[in-house]
Amino acid sequence: MRLAPLLLPLSLAAPLGAEEIWVTNEKDDTISVIDVATLEVTRTIPTGERPRGITFSRDFSRVYICASDSDTVQVMDPETGQILFDLPSGEDPEQFVLHPDDRHLWIANEDDAVTTVVDTQSRTVVAQIDVGIEPEGMAVSPDGRIVITTSETTNMAHWIDTETHALFANTLVDARPRHAEFLHDGAELWVSSEIGGTVTVFDVASQTEKVKIAFDIRGVHPDRVQPVGFEVTADENTAFVALGPSNHVAVVDTATYEVEEYILVGRRVWHMAFNSDKSLLFTTNGVSGDVTVIDVARRTPVKTIKVGRFPWGAALRP
Amino acid sequence: MKQLARCAAGLVFSLMSGAAQAEMTLSVGYLKQGIEEPAVLSNLDPVPETQGVDGAQLGLSDNQSSGRFLGHAYALEVAEIAPGGDLLAAARDMLAASPFLLLDAPADDILRVADLPEAAGAMIFNVSAPDTRLRDANCRANLFHTLPSEAMRADALMQVLLRKRFARLALVTGEHAVDHAFADALRRSAQKFGLKLVGEREWRFDADMRRNASQEVPLFTQDLPEHDVLLVADETGDFGRYIAYNTWLPRPVAGSEGLVPVAWSRVVEQWGAAQLQSRFQKLTRRDMRDRDYAAWAAMRVLGEAVTRTNSADPATLRAYILSDAFELAGFKGRPMSFRTWNGQLRQPIPLVTNRAMVMQAPVEGFLHQRNELDTLGLDAPESRCTAFQE
Repeated sequence: MRLAPLLLPLSLAAPLGAEEIWVTNEKDDTISVIDVATLEVTRTIPTGERPRGITFSRDFSRVYICASDSDTVQVMDPETGQILFDLPSGEDPEQFVLHPDDRHLWIANEDDAVTTVVDTQSRTVVAQIDVGIEPEGMAVSPDGRIVITTSETTNMAHWIDTETHALFANTLVDARPRHAEFLHDGAELWVSSEIGGTVTVFDVASQTEKVKIAFDIRGVHPDRVQPVGFEVTADENTAFVALGPSNHVAVVDTATYEVEEYILVGRRVWHMAFNSDKSLLFTTNGVSGDVTVIDVARRTPVKTIKVGRFPWGAALRP
Repeated sequence: MKQLARCAAGLVFSLMSGAAQAEMTLSVGYLKQGIEEPAVLSNLDPVPETQGVDGAQLGLSDNQSSGRFLGHAYALEVAEIAPGGDLLAAARDMLAASPFLLLDAPADDILRVADLPEAAGAMIFNVSAPDTRLRDANCRANLFHTLPSEAMRADALMQVLLRKRFARLALVTGEHAVDHAFADALRRSAQKFGLKLVGEREWRFDADMRRNASQEVPLFTQDLPEHDVLLVADETGDFGRYIAYNTWLPRPVAGSEGLVPVAWSRVVEQWGAAQLQSRFQKLTRRDMRDRDYAAWAAMRVLGEAVTRTNSADPATLRAYILSDAFELAGFKGRPMSFRTWNGQLRQPIPLVTNRAMVMQAPVEGFLHQRNELDTLGLDAPESRCTAFQE
C-alpha cells in the first residue's frame, strides 16, 4: 500500500456541474482530475495498481477503473474518491467497455486471452469468452448487439454476439491492434494497429474490410507512427487518432478517410477524451507524463497539463 | 477471484463457436546440438538447460492461440543431440518430417545442416549462433537468423557510447573463441562509428577471482591508457563480473558485462514487453533470455507468415517473409522484418544493466536512408552474402 498525497478536503472538491477530465496514471497508481474550466489538476486520487481503462456509469454516479496489476475493476464514488467495491474482473484487466444497458462491463483480460463479462449489479462474472492473445481494444455497437475485442498478438478483431456470448467472426488486422470504436450509428468499425501503423475500417454488416488508413508525418520515421486511441467529433465527420511515439495526433476525415493534418502533442500519445461540447480534446502523453489540450475547431494544442507518471486512459465527467 | 474466473471460463467454452476446425498444420522441428560449456569462475548464474526450447514452446502456444480462429494448427518436435552425437542424422530425420527447422547449434554445425541435400528448399532458423560470418560470406539461402549478430550488438553499444561521448575505449578480452569474436566485432564497430580503441589487455589469469579480484584487477588495468569506458569481451560469463568497481581508474564497464547489448532481457518492459515476459514466466518460472527470444521470434515469424498467406508451403512462406508486406511485432517498439540480403531479422537492441534498460538502439540520431534498424549490423553494401540474390 502506498501513501498517496492527501486529498483536498471534500468541501474543496469540484462543485456539481463543473466539467472534469479523469486521467489514469499507469505508473503512479493514481487518477489526476483536470478541471476543464481552469485546465488545472484539482485532485489526485489513489487507485489500485496500474490503473489503465477508465469509464463512468451512464449517470456518472460511479467510475469504473481497470486496476490491472491488482487483477480487479474498482468501482469508485467520483464525489468522494472512495472505492465502493471491487468487481471480479478476471486477471489483468486492461481495457473495458460499458454496455448500453449500463449494467454489463465487457473487460479485456490482457494476460489471460479472455474477455470477461461482469454484471456490475450482482457483481458476478456472467461469462468468459476465449479470444486471441493479449486482448486490449474493446468496443460495443450502439444497439448493444456486438462487442469487439482486439487481440494484440493474434492481430485480430473478435466479433462477439452479446446475447449468446459466442464469437461470430474473427477478422485479421495489421500488427498489434490497440483500440476499436463503432462509427456512423454502428455501420462502421474502426480498429487501430500500433505496429502496423494503420487504422482498418470495417463494414459491420459484412465484417469485411472497407478501407485502411495509413499515416505519414514529415520528418518522422514510419516505424514511430503508431496509432493507438482515437475519438470522433460530435458530428462524426472528423476523427482524431493518437499516433504514439510519433508525438502527433492525426485529424482524419471520416467520409473520405483522408488525413487532413497532424497536431504535435506530448510524448507517446495514447488515449484521449473530449469535454462535453467536444470543443476541447485531452490527450494522455505517457512518456512526458502530461496531457495536451487541443482546441478542436482550430486544431491546435492550447495547453500542456502535468499529471502523474505514464498517463494512460481519459474519461469525461460532465 | 481468479478461481471464480476459471469456473466461468469452463462454462463458456462449450459456447465457443468462433474457433475454426484445423484445416492446415504447420509442423516445426527444434534441433539442439548439446555442447560442453567451458568452466566459469562463478556458478551464481547457471545456464538454464531448456534455454531456447522454452522460447519455441511459448511461440508455439502463441501461434496456436491465434491459429484456432483461422483453422491453422501448429506442432513442435524437439530433439537434442548429446555432445559428439550424430547431428546430421537427426537433422535429416527432422527435415524429412518438416521443412521448418529451428537450429540451436554452433555456427559450423549450422552450416553442415543447411548444406545437407535434404535441406534444399527448407527454412532453417538459426536461434543460437551470433557469428557475423553466417550473415556474411558464409550465408545460405535456406538459413534465417532471429538472433542478432555480434556486429549488431557491437554497433548498438557503440551508438550508445558515441551518444554519451565516451570516445576513448579500452578492451579486455577473454581467452575463448567467442570472446575473440565479440572483441573483433567491437573493434570493427568502434572504427565504424569513429570511436578510438586506446588499449587492450587479454585476460589470462587462472586464479580464482572470487577471492582476489580486488587485488588483481586494479593492477591488471593500471597501465591501460586513459580511457572513458572499459569494454569487456567475456561471452561465457567467466571473469567479467569481477571487473566493475575493481578497475584502477573509476570507469564504467560495458560489453559482456555492465552495460550489455542484448536481444532480450528481463528488464525490457516497455512496448507491451511485460506481457511477453509474464507469459514466459508463467510457462517456465524463469526469466526469458536471448536464445529464448530468438526461438520465440522464429516461431512467431512462421506463425505470422502462415496467418497472412494461409499457406504452409515453404517457398510461399519464404517469399512472404522476405517481402515488404512482412512485419513482426516483437515487443521492442518497432516492426521487425528480414534483411533481404542475408536473412537476418532486423530488430532493435536493448542496452541493459542487471536492473534496467538504459537505452535502446538504434539510438535517436543514427539515421539510415531506408530503415534505421539497418544502422545495426551488416547493411546491404557491407554484406558479402550473395545467396539471397536470385
